[in-house]
Amino acid sequence: MHDVVVVGGGNAGLVAAISAREAGASVLLLERAPRWQRGGNSRHTRDIRYAHAPGEPYTTGEAYPTEELLQDLLSVGGRTASQTMAELVIEESQTVAEWMSQHGVRWQQPLTGTLHLGRTNRFFLGGGKALVNTYYQMAERLGIEIHYEAAVTDVTLQDGVATGVVLGDRPIEGRAVVLTSGGFEANIEWLKRYWGDAADNYVVRGTPHNDGRVLSAMLDKGACTAGDPKGFHAVAVDARAPKFDGGIATRLDSVPFGIVVNKPGRRFYDEGQDFWPKRYAIWGRLIAEQPEQIAYSIVDAPKLDRFLTSLYRPYQDSTVGGLAAQLGLDPAAVECAVREFNDHIVPGGQYDAARLDTCRTDGLDPPKSHWAEPIDTPPFYGYALRPGVTFTYLGLAVDEYARVRTQQGTLTNVYAAGEIMSGNVLSSGYLGGFGLTIGTVFGRMAGGEAAKHAAN
Amino acid sequence: MPPIDFASQTIWQLDVCNACRYCEGYCAVFPALEKRRNFTYGDVIYLANLCHDCRACYYACMYAPPHEFGVNIPQTLAEVRQQTYAHYALPRIAGRLVTQHWRLLILGTLLGTAFFAALAILMGDSGGLTAASVGPGAFYKVVPYSAMVLPFLVLAGYALAVLLMGAFAFVRDVGGEWRWSALGQAAGDAFTLRYLQGGTGDGCYYPADRTSHARLILHMLVFYGFLSATAATIAAFVLQDILGELPPYPLWSVPVVLGSLGGVAMIVGSTGLLALKWRSDRAPADPGTVALDWMFLVSLDVVSITGMLLVAARETSAMGVLLILHLATVAALFVSAPYGKFAHLVYRYAALVQHRLESR
Repeated sequence: MHDVVVVGGGNAGLVAAISAREAGASVLLLERAPRWQRGGNSRHTRDIRYAHAPGEPYTTGEAYPTEELLQDLLSVGGRTASQTMAELVIEESQTVAEWMSQHGVRWQQPLTGTLHLGRTNRFFLGGGKALVNTYYQMAERLGIEIHYEAAVTDVTLQDGVATGVVLGDRPIEGRAVVLTSGGFEANIEWLKRYWGDAADNYVVRGTPHNDGRVLSAMLDKGACTAGDPKGFHAVAVDARAPKFDGGIATRLDSVPFGIVVNKPGRRFYDEGQDFWPKRYAIWGRLIAEQPEQIAYSIVDAPKLDRFLTSLYRPYQDSTVGGLAAQLGLDPAAVECAVREFNDHIVPGGQYDAARLDTCRTDGLDPPKSHWAEPIDTPPFYGYALRPGVTFTYLGLAVDEYARVRTQQGTLTNVYAAGEIMSGNVLSSGYLGGFGLTIGTVFGRMAGGEAAKHAAN
Repeated sequence: MPPIDFASQTIWQLDVCNACRYCEGYCAVFPALEKRRNFTYGDVIYLANLCHDCRACYYACMYAPPHEFGVNIPQTLAEVRQQTYAHYALPRIAGRLVTQHWRLLILGTLLGTAFFAALAILMGDSGGLTAASVGPGAFYKVVPYSAMVLPFLVLAGYALAVLLMGAFAFVRDVGGEWRWSALGQAAGDAFTLRYLQGGTGDGCYYPADRTSHARLILHMLVFYGFLSATAATIAAFVLQDILGELPPYPLWSVPVVLGSLGGVAMIVGSTGLLALKWRSDRAPADPGTVALDWMFLVSLDVVSITGMLLVAARETSAMGVLLILHLATVAALFVSAPYGKFAHLVYRYAALVQHRLESR
C-alpha cells in the first residue's frame, strides 16, 4: 500500500507528489494520459503569476505586492470566491518561484507579445511541457511510482475515510488520496447539460482527457461544490483548430484591428474596447453566444502585419463580397456591415496600436472605440472564429488544508489541488497565469498534508 | 519551384512555431523565425543551418508527434540542412555525393592508399616501405616530398574552393549581406560554441530528454583538436620550408606537440560523439543526417588514430605503411569535405553571421 495516491499528473499532481515524497511518504502517481500527452492542461501553460518584491529576475524587476494581486483577483473573480482562500494563495504565491527553481524549473524572459504580463508573471523556459517534463524527472529521481494511461474512475470511501481509488476495475489502496485530475471541459456531454447542442461547436484548447470523471464521482458522493457550475473560460480560436489539444497556437489576435461579424453578417461587439490582452478572455464567451457559435474577423491589407501571425492562413479575396462568399456568409450583408463601419469612422483619428487611440466610430451600434480605421484596401482577409474552451470552474470545495468538504463533513484524508478546486479561489473570471499558482500552492499543501496524515 | 523542394510539412511546422513561440528562450532559431510572417526558400535554409540540433524544442513541444500537428523541428531542419549541403556543393552532379557519402569515403581511402603506395613503390627509396627509416627526411624516403605535398595542395584547394563557393551562393540566397562586425561576432559565437551551451547554460538534450554538457565538451575537443592539428601542419611548414629542418621532428617540437594534442583531442571527441549519437534518441533525428554525422566522425577518428599511430611507430618498420594509410585517410577527408558534415563549418557560420546581421 502507498502512503499517498495522487490522481492526475499535471502541475498540481506533480507538485503534490513531489511534496509528499519529500515529506517522507511513499507516493503513487496515476496519470490517465499516455506518456506523450502527460501533464493535463499544464502542458499548454507558459507562465505563473506570483506576488513579489522588486528586483526579481525574469520579470521587469518591479514589485507586485500581495495587495495588488488580491485587487487583480477580486476585479475579475466574481462574487462567490472566498477571500480567505484568495489571501491564502496570494500569501503562499510569494514562494512558488523559488520552490520551482529548487525543483529544476528554468526561466526565460517574457515572450514576444506578452508585455502586459512582464511585471506580474514569470515565464518558464520552453513552456508547460518543459515544466511538466522537469517535474516528472524529479518525481522519478525521488522514487515516486508513476503509471500512465491509468484512468481512475472512483474514490473508495468507508465511513468518511478514503481507503484508496478505483483504477478501471482494480482497487488501489492508499492511506491518503490527492485529487488533481482537472475540470470537465473535454466532456462535451457534460457541457451540453448547461449549453445544449451549442457545446458541439466549442473547441477544447487543452487536453482531451479532462472529462471530469473523478470530479463527478466525488459529487455523487456528496462532495460540496465550489465555482460557477456553468462557468468556463474561453478565448477566440481559429475555427479550423482541432477539436482538442490545439493549445496556444490556434489563438487569433486579429480582432481589434478590423471588425467581427456573426453568421448573419452583423457586428455584435466593440472590437476596440480595450487592449487585446485585456479583452481576449471575453471573446470566447461572446462568440459562444452568437448563432451557430461562430464569428468572422475581417481586416484589409494594411492591418495584416499588425497582429501576431496565425497558424492557419487567412481567407483572402480582392473584394469584401468575395471574401464573405468564401467564408460562407451573405456577401450583401457583410458588404453592408463594412460600409456602415467605414462610414461611421470619426475623421482625423491618430492610429496608435500602443495606446487607446483616437480612431473611433460615432453613431454606430455597437461602436468601435479604438483602432477604427476603414476597411477599404484589398486584398481583404478573413478568419472564422470559434469559442476555445480552456477550463471549467465547477470543482470540489476544500478547506484551508486542501481537504475535500462533503455535506457530511470534511474528509480527513482526501485532498484536492489544481483546476479541480480552483473554483474555491476564482469562481469565474480569468487572471492569466493564476491557475498554475493555485495548482502549485495547493499541490504543495495537499502533498504535505497527505504525507503528514499517512505518517500518523 | 525553389532550388530545394521542401516538404510542405516543413513550412507548416514553422508556422506552428510562429504562432506558439514558447521556445523563444532556447536558441537563435526561434527569435529568427519570429521576425518573419511567411517563410521563403532563403528563410528556411537559413533557419535550418542556424539550428544546432540541441533538441530542447522537441522535448518541450506539446505539438510533437503523435500530436496531429506533428511538429519535430530538429528533424525537419536537419533534413533541410542535409539538402543544403547537397544543393550548394559544386559541381552540381557531385551533390549526389552527399547521399552517397560512404562510397566517397571508402573510394577516397582506397584510391588514396593505392596512389601513395604506388608512389612509394615507384619513386621511394627501395625498401623504404617496410624498412625502418629514421633521421631527417625519413618520411620522404617513403613518399617523395613533392609527391606528398602537391596532391594535398590540390585536394585542399579543391575542398576549400567548393566550400567557399557553396557558402557564397548560400549567403546570396539567404540575404546577400555581410558586415565586418557581424563576421566577428559570429566568429565569437562559433569559437565559443555558444549555442551548444544551451538556453540557460545547461547544455543540449543529449543523449535523450534531459540536458547535459557532454555534447558541448566533446564538440569542443573535436573542434579545437582539429585547429590544433591544423596549427601543427602550419608549424611543420614553417620548420621545413622556411627554417629548412626536415621531418620527422622531435617529440617536444611544436608540430609534434600540437599535432599530438590535437590528435588525442579529436580521438576522444569524435569517439565520444559517436558513442553519444549511438545512444541518442532517434525520434528527433533525421536518418540521412545521422548517417552523415557518423561518417564524418568516423573519418576524423580514423585520420586521428592513423596519425597518432604514425607518431608512435615512426621509428619502426610499420612507419611506411602507417604513413600511406594516414595520407590516404586525410585525402579521403579532404575529398569528402564539401559533400558531408564537414560543410557545416561554412553553412553554420554563414547562418550565424546572418543572425548577427538581423539581431542589431
